Amino acid sequence: MVSVGAAVKEPGSTRKNKTGSWRTFKPILDKEKCIECENCIMFCPEGCINKDYDIDYDYCKGCGICEEECPVKAIKMERE
Amino acid sequence: MEISDKEFFAPGHRACAGCGATIGVRLALKVLGENTVAISATGCLEVISTPYPETAWEIPWMHVAFENAAAVASGVEAALKSQGKTDTTVVVFGGDGGTADIGLQALSGAMERGHNLIYICYDNEAYMNTGIQRSGATPYGASTTTSPHGKESFGEDKPKKNMPMIMAAHGVPYVATASISYPEDFMKKVKKAAEVEGPAYIHLQQPCTTGWGYNPAKTIELGRLAVETGSWILYEIEEGEFKVTYRPIQRRAVNEYLNAQKRFKHLTDLEKERIQSHVDAICIELKI
Amino acid sequence: MVLKVMSANQAIAEAVRLANPNVIPVYPITPQTTISEYLAKFVADGDIKAEYIRVESEHSAISACLGASGTGVRVFTATSSQGLALMHEIIFAAAGLRAPIVMADANRALSAPLSIWNDQQDSISERDSGWMQIYAENGQEALDSILISYRVSEDKKVLLPSMVCIDGFILTHTVEPVDVPGKEDVDKFLPLYKPEHAYLDPKRPMSIGTFTDPNYYMEARHDMEVALEGAKEVIAKANTEFAEIFGRKYDFVEKYKSDDADIILVAMGSICSSIKDVVDELRDKGEKIGLVRVRVFRPFPTDEIYEAIKGASKIGVLDKNVSFSIGGVLHNEIKAKMDVDAYGFIVGLGGRDIKPEHIKEIIEKTKNPTKHSQWIGLNKEDL
Ligand SMILES: Cc1ncc(C[n+]2csc(CCOP(=O)(O)OP(=O)(O)O)c2C)c(N)n1
Ligand code: SF4
Ligand code: SF4
Ligand code: SF4
Ligand SMILES: [Mg+2]
Repeated sequence: MVSVGAAVKEPGSTRKNKTGSWRTFKPILDKEKCIECENCIMFCPEGCINKDYDIDYDYCKGCGICEEECPVKAIKMERE
Repeated sequence: MEISDKEFFAPGHRACAGCGATIGVRLALKVLGENTVAISATGCLEVISTPYPETAWEIPWMHVAFENAAAVASGVEAALKSQGKTDTTVVVFGGDGGTADIGLQALSGAMERGHNLIYICYDNEAYMNTGIQRSGATPYGASTTTSPHGKESFGEDKPKKNMPMIMAAHGVPYVATASISYPEDFMKKVKKAAEVEGPAYIHLQQPCTTGWGYNPAKTIELGRLAVETGSWILYEIEEGEFKVTYRPIQRRAVNEYLNAQKRFKHLTDLEKERIQSHVDAICIELKI
Repeated sequence: MVLKVMSANQAIAEAVRLANPNVIPVYPITPQTTISEYLAKFVADGDIKAEYIRVESEHSAISACLGASGTGVRVFTATSSQGLALMHEIIFAAAGLRAPIVMADANRALSAPLSIWNDQQDSISERDSGWMQIYAENGQEALDSILISYRVSEDKKVLLPSMVCIDGFILTHTVEPVDVPGKEDVDKFLPLYKPEHAYLDPKRPMSIGTFTDPNYYMEARHDMEVALEGAKEVIAKANTEFAEIFGRKYDFVEKYKSDDADIILVAMGSICSSIKDVVDELRDKGEKIGLVRVRVFRPFPTDEIYEAIKGASKIGVLDKNVSFSIGGVLHNEIKAKMDVDAYGFIVGLGGRDIKPEHIKEIIEKTKNPTKHSQWIGLNKEDL
């Protein structure tokens, strides 16, 4: 059954769709090197890096923006 | 500036890896917070964010069609006002096609009527959702599927439509340009737009890996190159007062920006020079 | 009861005042314009507490209606002809999003050639959208139909928009006595609209207007079909309660001297008043002629129409519209759904006068049919 007017009443429910499976390269964040500039958090198109700098691999699509924008090379892309 | 740790645009959405549009939406919503209603025009953002029965939106959201987002938002704003819910922010996200082309009339009407809403045009400089056709916001020289380069063509032969100035001509209290690559600047502008009484317009440049042709990791770098080369200028117009909000320390050559993208690959040196002198003329006038 | 003399446009404005929508986005077009003006004045005088949006087009009028309805409030707009055609895309969206919008359409011909005069091509052309459609015969019915439409559209079992159609100029600009009900009675009949299916509220975030793949779209459309069919029961109940409170009883079809009729004409809207005069005249001469007026066109009242016309030997259906190469729409729908001997007559396009002679000609041609469908009232040289 489709809801009336196909309205979706579960906010944020795309979380059911684990886009991590799209990834071919995986970002590895080295917290030792990290200077907490928050660039990666800001620029991640998935919003999947939290304020403790943990990457949620369920959703990370492996775009590589975080690696590219890290000023201290604390993030490395590795082949899955 | 107070910005939320919370994400109001959830992951799991269907945007291409490295999509600049979703970065823009995330940042804007972090400023606007949960007491916000968002309206989308048909386009990439709408399609990738609400694949029924899922939605990426954590706030109330509505989409009706391609060309009417500003009119839908007018109705939402008026209805909230009629219920005394004036503390709720109404924000529109329209693509460059939905804004500068097919939705221009509805947007003009909404701006002129003075609805208290924020209109954010997320500009990826073509109709991306339908496969990279040119829009009024496609820049000079870009090859798209409807302005392809060829023996008789160097791609798009018209300069980019100046949307923010068209909006400024409406006399709305706040107009700004922005880039996802300058998040503080963008978010400050979103904040101002939210605080101003009446309509506000923000034209947000947003590199698109698929449509522009570059490695997705370079999305932020491309936005930066646009600004650092003077190809995209960050400014705001507050109550008619024009102000450049960011000046590159040393303006870089436009070629650095053009050569990084497939859509400009076909351009000859002569055509690139023409683009450089066009950029120079504007930047000299603005002392950039 | 206080009777006031007014046009159907003013009657509709009075109905809107009584229904008190929160938002009224509207754009002027002849012959609807005076509705926009009356409403603007009501708002200016504080007689309606509503946000009146002076939109820049009908496309934006219906879009703003949809946005406002999306927040869960009652809305109203009105249009005509080119305006309705411009709305077309959003007319479908409004039904699909299950927004209980109520709109008045002042029936007018569609361009080209340009015409400001009456026919019903504009609203008939929106028949597949999922909207309910009522065709009123006079100003009183126009007013009452707006109130009934809100009641039905906003019913949880229905949640589909409604269009109340009134013939341009013939009704919109002709004055007649109308009973304007009291606010208390209207409030009894029409409770506040409380949306449950979808609304924009930061306290309970929902996404409205989502993107469906082939796994869902067809079910969503099927639900509309079920809702529109189900609306019949809701309409019947609303009609009964309306009669209890206001003393005027409406039905899906109006039967006029049709019970024992051998020849029955079927039509919609103001033309039915002229047909009634002709029926009276011929009845006086002993002819068994009757009229069945289709008042509710969507949902299509197949059973009610069939019950009303099945006893006749021949039926003539008048259409102020044409679906080129197949004929009048009401005629074709009746033929498609019922095993009756019905003939179609295209009349009154672009304001062409329909005289009693024409109606008599139609009756004659129904009695002695030569063609299944024909145009009546063309200038002689064009025949
Ligand atoms: C009236 C109408 N015409 C055309 C389309 C097809 N269409 C859907 S989205 C789109 C392009 C959107 O471009 P833009 O606004 O730049 O947004 P983007 O997809 O680039 O994010 C087009 C042409 C449509 N949905 N409706
Ligand atoms: S690779 Fe892309 S998606 Fe993954 S965490 Fe980095 S920025 Fe986010
Ligand atoms: S971009 Fe690099 S330095 Fe900055 S927060 Fe992320 S990991 Fe740390
Ligand atoms: S085509 Fe471009 S704008 Fe659209 S989802 Fe992909 S990256 Fe984002
Ligand atoms: Mg675009």
